[in-house]
Amino acid sequence: MKVVLENLTKRFPSRNKKGEDVIAVNNFNFEIPDGQLIGLLGPSGCGKSTTLNLISGLETPTSGKIYFGDEDVTNLPPEARGVGLVFQNYALYPHLTVEENIIFPLQNLKGDKKMTKEAMHDKAVETAKLVQIDGLMERKPKELSGGQQQRVAIARALVKIPRVLLLDEPLSNLDARLRLQTREELRRIQRDTGVTTIFVTHDQEEAMSISDLIIVMKDGVVHQIGKPQDVYDEPANLFVAQFLGTPQINVFEGRIQGGKVWIGNEAVLDVPGKADRDVWVGIRPEGFIPDENGPFTCKMDRVEVMGRDVSVVSTHEKMTGKSIRSIVSAENKFKPGQEAVRFSLKPYKVFLFDRESEERV
Amino acid sequence: MKKKNNMKAWLYLLPAILFLGVFMVYPLIDVCIYSLEESYAADGTVASIGLGNFRDVLCDKFFIQALKNTFILVIITVPLSTGLSLLIALGLSSIKTVKKAFQTIYFLPYVTNTLAVGLVFMYLFDKTDRTSGLVNMLLGTDIDFIDGEYWMKMLVTSLYTVWIVMPFKILILTSALASVNQDYYKAAKVDGASSARIFRKITLPMISPTVFYLIITGFIGAFKAYSDEVALFGSKLNVAGMNTIVGYVYDMLYDQPGGGDFGNASAAALILFAIVFTITVINLRFSRNKVQYM
Repeated sequence: MKVVLENLTKRFPSRNKKGEDVIAVNNFNFEIPDGQLIGLLGPSGCGKSTTLNLISGLETPTSGKIYFGDEDVTNLPPEARGVGLVFQNYALYPHLTVEENIIFPLQNLKGDKKMTKEAMHDKAVETAKLVQIDGLMERKPKELSGGQQQRVAIARALVKIPRVLLLDEPLSNLDARLRLQTREELRRIQRDTGVTTIFVTHDQEEAMSISDLIIVMKDGVVHQIGKPQDVYDEPANLFVAQFLGTPQINVFEGRIQGGKVWIGNEAVLDVPGKADRDVWVGIRPEGFIPDENGPFTCKMDRVEVMGRDVSVVSTHEKMTGKSIRSIVSAENKFKPGQEAVRFSLKPYKVFLFDRESEERV
Repeated sequence: MKKKNNMKAWLYLLPAILFLGVFMVYPLIDVCIYSLEESYAADGTVASIGLGNFRDVLCDKFFIQALKNTFILVIITVPLSTGLSLLIALGLSSIKTVKKAFQTIYFLPYVTNTLAVGLVFMYLFDKTDRTSGLVNMLLGTDIDFIDGEYWMKMLVTSLYTVWIVMPFKILILTSALASVNQDYYKAAKVDGASSARIFRKITLPMISPTVFYLIITGFIGAFKAYSDEVALFGSKLNVAGMNTIVGYVYDMLYDQPGGGDFGNASAAALILFAIVFTITVINLRFSRNKVQYM
């Protein structure tokens, strides 16, 4: 099911009377294609959970429309929208067994959709098999591990065959190893069912690794939508560039002058045809090539060995962070006590952003 | 080391043990002994008479009346007050504006003196030469609630008891409802459950330990009823036919010609204990599968 958000806005009244309203979601316009896995990505407090609640119907928008396919669902209550929702803390009913939890949505069906006990049981078992918890049907939630609880929550959300599956920070309550495993699993379940799935996360790696599309947002505003690799390779603005990628992108104060990018008093890159102005220069860690005759000189701090690669930590007077991190092949040799390190730069790993608007130049 | 720790533990417990021993354990044992003795006030001698006191009490028509009154009160007031409190607590937790004001109003009876409440009920129900009471005036009837028919008196007593015990229950239930994680409700809503089903399948099981606690303490409290009746009908409860078991014990101790009958009073108290104990055990058994401890 295609999901379309049209001029979607949600304001929360301020807590004290004099304060200004909080705009959690500001004029969203985007279309989520059918059957895809979408990562809604942003730092905490950016309105991504509110967006999810708006799509589920738990919150009503201040203005704007939500469509599932061609149907306007803006004013429908959650139960009429046919969404499945997985909560960050799973919200499994603690007094019910796994099977009773999974069956719960089916028992609420009314009219001609009403199911017999056997049909409900079969459906629950089928869904449990999909998420591989069919051996745990008689357990109570507290007798399950975090990963198992999450599968139950997903099964409960999927059992009614929702038009849209929504997951709020699905992996944040799992330990690192389980997180890696579960995100593969999530991808598989989504492929198997073909349900349009939107999940919220603040972890860029998580979003990039499994999503078909990522939506990067901050302060209630969508900053960029696109395939993970495209967003990484072509960030629309400084925020997106900084938010995606580990280690973070290195940002320098610089300027464009005479068709060249200057950092300090070194011209590090040719950019023919660009007008002169002050810019932020963002260089991905993998964009540095150690080169004795390179145009860009940094003060060497230390070299961290990571096996296949080494991470060169250096400093520069025009940098904005605490240090510059560049990841280069371990075949490059660095002398102990070396004071300066020179780089040439890969042009496609260098991004220029306007100093004022922070938009890409 | 272990021995030393043991000594320490006993030392810490000493004040509590002394206090409880003097004011609880010793009197309890004494009551058991009294219940088997008959004292003769005239010459001050005491004789052991076995279960004679129990027989006397169980054959006393005033005790039978008190027993009947107490049971009726328990059966009416415990479910009624718990049910009403739950409804009010649900209402309180779903309103948003002036919630605090309502909470305060509902809690007022709790901090009001029993006898003051009795006075209010007098205005509501008592018929005197000058007025027939507020309720009679409102209903346009002429019923004597205080000195009239048995069931009218029972009605007023039940109302009074329910009114007195509700604030505490509302307070406890409101906090129990507030402690239920809102995500369960959201999840149930997305899953398409109706409000009735959410209440039955989610809310009630989640607060069942609290409800159960209130029912148990409600039973025990109702079996111990006495002051409410005094507030309504005065201290001559046997004459009014509205005595309770505790009232009967009190009368035996202090309101007997020629001094108290400690033997009968103790026997009646032990009978009350046996009843409360039995009911509580039955409650625990019955609720074992119904109460969800998370």
